[in-house]
Amino acid sequence: MTRRLCALALALAAAIPCMPAMAQVASAPAAPGTPIAPRPPVSLDKARLDYALQPRQIAPGVWVIEGAVEDFSRANGCNIINTGFIATGAGVVVVNTGPSRRYGEQQRRAIARVTAEPVVRVINLNLHPDYFFGNQAWGDVPVQALAGSIAGMQAEGQAYATNLYRLCGDWMTGTEPEPAREPVAPQTLALGTHRLELRRLEGHTADDLVLIDHSTGVVFAGGLVFAERVPTTPHADIARWLRSLDALEALLPGIPRALLVPSHGPVTPEPSGIGQTRAWLLWLSNMLEDSARRGLDLSEVLQAPVPAQFQAWAAQPAELQRTLAQWYPVYEKRALLGPLQAK
Amino acid sequence: MTALIHRRGLLLRLGSAGALAAALPLALQAQERPSGGDPLDSLQWPGMRKQYLGDAPMRFAPEVLVKGPAFADDAMNVPMLIDARALAPVGGGIERIDVVSDRNPIREVLSFEPLRALPVLAFRFRMEQASPVRALVKTRDGRWHVGSTWVPAAGGGCTVPGSTRADGSWSRTLNQVNARFFSNVLEGSQRLRVRVMHPMDTGLVAGIPAFYVEALELVDAAGQAWWRLALHEPVSENPLLTFELPEQPRGVLRLRGRDNNGNAIDAQVSA
Repeated sequence: MTRRLCALALALAAAIPCMPAMAQVASAPAAPGTPIAPRPPVSLDKARLDYALQPRQIAPGVWVIEGAVEDFSRANGCNIINTGFIATGAGVVVVNTGPSRRYGEQQRRAIARVTAEPVVRVINLNLHPDYFFGNQAWGDVPVQALAGSIAGMQAEGQAYATNLYRLCGDWMTGTEPEPAREPVAPQTLALGTHRLELRRLEGHTADDLVLIDHSTGVVFAGGLVFAERVPTTPHADIARWLRSLDALEALLPGIPRALLVPSHGPVTPEPSGIGQTRAWLLWLSNMLEDSARRGLDLSEVLQAPVPAQFQAWAAQPAELQRTLAQWYPVYEKRALLGPLQAK
Repeated sequence: MTALIHRRGLLLRLGSAGALAAALPLALQAQERPSGGDPLDSLQWPGMRKQYLGDAPMRFAPEVLVKGPAFADDAMNVPMLIDARALAPVGGGIERIDVVSDRNPIREVLSFEPLRALPVLAFRFRMEQASPVRALVKTRDGRWHVGSTWVPAAGGGCTVPGSTRADGSWSRTLNQVNARFFSNVLEGSQRLRVRVMHPMDTGLVAGIPAFYVEALELVDAAGQAWWRLALHEPVSENPLLTFELPEQPRGVLRLRGRDNNGNAIDAQVSA
């Protein structure tokens, strides 16, 4: 069972999401609420394996480094995640470390170009590889995650590595999975001029950390929110995920100038990713249930069209196919073994 | 109708040959690729044709639908759908459908005799690497009609133990059968989905000999078979098979079969 799940997790790790390049180069600090124009696509330097990371300031002391809104590929260097950092006045907090050792190293240099403050803490918001595969670059700094995430990184790190080396090629050279070293509990930190809340939610994975900067309103939502990109589901629990989206949505009105940063998808003033992710999960669970009840085989469900509202999203058809390959058999089995339905 | 289908097949073949020629470097165009006209240009095809079809007449038949995933994320459970209904009026009807995968260490996946069922079958199988997957359809006039698709895969599915082998639970459920009918998935047809609990060991995992279901058939109260299936090692663990019957057989049905160790499968299938 374990080996089978590992193999599956490997395959599914490929599904982890991304976002289109969106920042303006060397943008001025954005006034909260200011529309944020998408930046032109970053051109990677494949010869030098340079991700061309460009921190974009989205609030006082807060920057994001946006990945491509795509699936993992050699063309995008497998840089499909939004990472970020907060210069608090009492040191820098880094959020997620990207898909490779190289990313972590380039992220570190990019941060140093923007702020002279030392990095005092690195946080991985969940167990997926693009959240922590850059940890090797941060060996001299506390690297933290929820305890459950750390256990998952330890259990699945090698499988992720196998998969990412296959998908991403040279970009991965020198990368070893290095799980976060310190478990962190949900809490609120007072660091410099920033009050940072670490909140534990769940459903995208068993432990989804959300970082809320109450001083600026920036919310690093991690894997709970996908924008304009099909959500990844290798560790999903849809019912819990939906509850967490409700909780996240309920939080936002209480946060002045709230600005949601999904791990995958554009960073925009409107938190539309919450509604998008919810709509996808509801459609997905209904479709799985209904297809199984009608007696469809997985091979047929794989060919079913996606509703128009989702068709422009990134990472299709691969992401949905991964989701179906993993989860539809559970629904099929239920339909085959369960009591006859009234319908 | 038959002529129309043949003509359409011919046109499609000509079309794909043209596309192939355009894609080939000039030096290669002068000589035919040694793939025997295979639309997927697989160098294994000429040998496979000889092995499985001998000198019997064959053609590539795009109307034989072979549907696989865009990418086989789970190489231990690659979902395939075969639909040869378009051949119903051809050559006296379909005698059998052999499914083979060019680049699997065990190429033969299964052989299906539809008998009174429709020539439609869904199943899952293990892939060791990306490969063409083919349905070799034999009509009663002795001709073969070959449908193919390409399934990309990271692979490795044949050489790891299945989940019930890995955790040892297979022996508690061996050869148990679950089945259910579903109406009108295809209009006017009765769908039968059957699952047989079996580890389906390929024999390619060190220390685990081949152990697989090798024969299944659905028999009605009068002793008549509605379909017959020969399975080979690559069929996935706990095979989940989907059949289409033009009508629901009356009376008590039995699913009968055996595995290669001689264990019997015999279960009542109720509507």
